[in-house]
Amino acid sequence: MNMIQALNSALDNMLERDSNVIIYGEDVGYFGGVFRTTDGLQEKHGKHRVFDTPLAEGGIAATAFGMGLNGLRPVVEMQFADYIFPAYDQIVNELAKVRHRSGGEYWSPVTIRTPAGGGIRGGHHHSQSPESQFTHTPGLNVVYCSTPYNAKGLLISSIESNDPVIFFEPKRCYRGPFYGNPHEVPTWGNHPEAEVPESYYKIPLGEARIVMEGNDCTVISWGAMVHVCEQAIKDSGKSCELIDLQSLIPWDKETVVNSIKKTGRCVIVHEAPKTSGYGAEMSASIQERCFYHLESPIKRVTGWDTPFPHTTEWDYMPGPVRIVKAISEVMED
Amino acid sequence: MTKKIDESLNIPTAPFRPGDEASFDLWPWTPEDFAKPDPKKCTADDTIMIAKGLVRVLDDDNKACGEWDPKLKPEFMISGLEYMVRLRIFDDRMMKMQRTGKLSFYMRSFGEECVAIAQTMALNEEDWIFPTYRQPGAQFVRGRDMVSMICHCIGNVEDNIKGRQMPVHYSYRDGRFISVSSPVGTQFSQAVGVAMASQYKGLDEVTITWIGDGASAEGDYHYALNFASIFKAPVILNVVNNQWAISTHANFATGVGEFASRGIPYGIPSIRVDGNDFLALFSVTKWARERASAGMGPTHIEVLTYRSGAHSSSDDPSRYRPSDEHLKWPGGDPIERLKRHLIEIGEWDEDLHNQLEERIDGEVMDAYKEAVKYGDLANGPYPEADTIFTEVYEELPWHLREQMDEMMGD
Repeated sequence: MNMIQALNSALDNMLERDSNVIIYGEDVGYFGGVFRTTDGLQEKHGKHRVFDTPLAEGGIAATAFGMGLNGLRPVVEMQFADYIFPAYDQIVNELAKVRHRSGGEYWSPVTIRTPAGGGIRGGHHHSQSPESQFTHTPGLNVVYCSTPYNAKGLLISSIESNDPVIFFEPKRCYRGPFYGNPHEVPTWGNHPEAEVPESYYKIPLGEARIVMEGNDCTVISWGAMVHVCEQAIKDSGKSCELIDLQSLIPWDKETVVNSIKKTGRCVIVHEAPKTSGYGAEMSASIQERCFYHLESPIKRVTGWDTPFPHTTEWDYMPGPVRIVKAISEVMED
Repeated sequence: MTKKIDESLNIPTAPFRPGDEASFDLWPWTPEDFAKPDPKKCTADDTIMIAKGLVRVLDDDNKACGEWDPKLKPEFMISGLEYMVRLRIFDDRMMKMQRTGKLSFYMRSFGEECVAIAQTMALNEEDWIFPTYRQPGAQFVRGRDMVSMICHCIGNVEDNIKGRQMPVHYSYRDGRFISVSSPVGTQFSQAVGVAMASQYKGLDEVTITWIGDGASAEGDYHYALNFASIFKAPVILNVVNNQWAISTHANFATGVGEFASRGIPYGIPSIRVDGNDFLALFSVTKWARERASAGMGPTHIEVLTYRSGAHSSSDDPSRYRPSDEHLKWPGGDPIERLKRHLIEIGEWDEDLHNQLEERIDGEVMDAYKEAVKYGDLANGPYPEADTIFTEVYEELPWHLREQMDEMMGD
């Protein structure tokens, strides 16, 4: 399966298993989503379970919040992560906080799926990766999948979570992994992570995935950048351990700490801008926990602190060359 | 030709400011003026007259008249009167506590007691209440104990929401009264979701929600009307037009002088009702519930009233409006009006009313004395410090566990 099919399969499994699961958003019903993620689900499960909404992200988030309060388990789509901001108040002040503010009397287990990240020539407003706008909000779980296999397992866990989840999908990886060369468009084809069971399975939130084992340097990433890092590590010729964080909140402290203690060196890679990006949180947390194991300063390779560009997106997004350079630099000391 | 700068931008004005003589034009409408449409057939266009007019039942002689008269039994009206009197006395006591430093903050419902009480009394027990901070009175109708309410306002060890929100931000699950949120307007569109869930489950449950005239300028209001209309959600959407959003007059929230008719272009039957007329408000709400229950979808109601007191304990209305303005409000006082009606029909008198006030005053004092036994604002006991960390998530994640341990000194 490719990532679209894996996500579709997760949604299909959950619609089958739990009559409280309801799916809606812009274009997700009849048409099956602009990326085809909900293709066929309305036909199979009925238009009361999978349906289209007005173009109003704030209204989608607010109604999902209300449905969640009243016992449903809504899975809503924000068509692009760039368009999530009309819903920001509803997510940050309402969805994230209602369990706490009501003393546990009310909660709303909404999952918000949203395609994120660049690499599709989407310019300013179809490319951003705003995960750190949500990791800074207590009460939310934040998940970022990277492959068909983890997309399905993480989405099922997100839907079953009784806490709200912001679920980022790297749109450049929907139909194939992305290794940092924009001119190559590989498919998921025979990739081991494309082996996705039709049946229900879960990947727990808060568990990272070790993509490659290594001894000399730890590379931490999430989303599409995981595959770019894989390519960069091969190019570097170094023995690097690649960690795909998968869940940003909560994150897998043990896997990260154990790896840093082993390698003593670390590079963090993400697409989003550098300043106040989630890499800053990772870097600070690692030095708090592993300072005396570090052999060299932690390096971050990220998008620039600028708006996301259109035709020059390959100069914006971290590529293998920049990552190899960072690996070499942390290995020099 | 270029206009002078000070003439080029239209800035609305409040009708009266301190030093002005407040005078409201009397409403031209009487209770007999508006027929009651069939709730199961009525379209939005059928309601243009009642959206632009004003549904009333109690006339100037305190008699119940017209088609909207719900013909309530005297004992039912007396219980409504009792809830309203209780809310006013409770509010006055809490405000005194705030003024003497025993509460951090308070908000009264003064002049608007009828709104949540008459409307909640028109609903069924399983109906959902999605309030603002100006509808705490619904909790009396749903049976909440005053001690528990006061403990919340203090934020002591018995506060059911564990000292997490400011006073008056109640949550009362047993009464299906949903947690109050400070950001104004957010509940309006959320309530549509609550109603859609009831509809999805095939239950005969209706959701009622309120928004202020000021907050109706927020996007959430428009999301709510649009979603409710499109999905035919069984929801009662009330705009409480109490004239003032802190110091901002309703003229800054609407360019047309009224709110009810805004529902009509959304295809939602809409009504403007005298919000200080217990019988009219009950009747209109019952009508809206009947529509929702029959699968006819939402109703949009402008509840015309007047915020007789300050917005909250933090503002002084004499700084932005004439101090006697509320006394000139043609809708009068909701408690006074229901009381006079009950006297008019021979079911009530001044002695009974005084006895009622005395009894409730005693009950409120007793509740207050009991509540402070569980802790006062100055000395506590407050909820345990580690409750900061619980219920952020269903289970405590490791990073919060770490921070909690750090705070507790482990």
